Amino acid sequence: MAVCVAVIAKENYPLYIRSAPTENELKFHYMVHTSLDVVDEKISAMGKALVDQRELYLGLLYPTEDYKMFRKLHNSYTDVMCNPFYNPGDRIQSRAFDSMVTSMMIQVC
Amino acid sequence: MADAALFEFLHMEMVAELWAHHSDPGPGGTPLLTLLRQIFSREHRTSLYAVLGQKMSLSVLEGMGFRVGQALGERLPQETLAFREELDVLKFLCKDLWVAVFHKQMDSLRTNHQGTYVLQDNSFPLLIRMASGPQYLEEAPKFLAFTCGLLRGTLSTLGIKSLVTASVASLPTCKFQVVIQKT
Repeated sequence: MAVCVAVIAKENYPLYIRSAPTENELKFHYMVHTSLDVVDEKISAMGKALVDQRELYLGLLYPTEDYKMFRKLHNSYTDVMCNPFYNPGDRIQSRAFDSMVTSMMIQVC
Repeated sequence: MADAALFEFLHMEMVAELWAHHSDPGPGGTPLLTLLRQIFSREHRTSLYAVLGQKMSLSVLEGMGFRVGQALGERLPQETLAFREELDVLKFLCKDLWVAVFHKQMDSLRTNHQGTYVLQDNSFPLLIRMASGPQYLEEAPKFLAFTCGLLRGTLSTLGIKSLVTASVASLPTCKFQVVIQKT
């Protein structure tokens, strides 16, 4: 289902980025930055409107039913955060996280 | 439930361990303390040690609480919808965070609507075994530093930069003051 997965920190740098090897990686890196701009736009337009975690994802680029994937990703990210040897802001090097992303990317291809 | 007791014991040991070296400033110590030892004369040494040592231990505790708070800030709001405004985040701290860590809710939350919040716990679990009243008042800050960091860390993950301090007038009631930092 996914050809590229990226986790971006609050300070707008990637903590983790991986693409399917068949695709052009640079194109995806650009897309990631563009999507960040879209997120910013959406957030500033929201104001006090109701913002659902799932809705934020669905409303972004393509409305799909992949919120389950987002949820899995967020759960794995939470696990990384809970690892006491991980310092927030570092690149994510967890093998468990890697294998979760692999399973997500394999589902497509 | 055993969970609560486990955390309380761990916290007690953390404080005890960090303060174990304070009563006896031996030949060891960090490079900073060694340097200061050389600079200052004998009479001033022990009191300076005490003050610096205290501050460092409090920062270490606060730092630990901060890191735990960061992780809890990701883990806890799973089913909760994204927060609409600051007050919702503070309510989350008072209800969900406090229940998850201390198995009770915060007793009161007050605000001046200008970025300052006062959270009051009338029977704070980490102080309740110590005393009831003015006894051990001067020891109380040691047992609040971790929790201040916890609040600050959770707020940080939820996108809010803050400064958290705690005050105790009479055990086991304590107040946590959260001041939102506007950048």
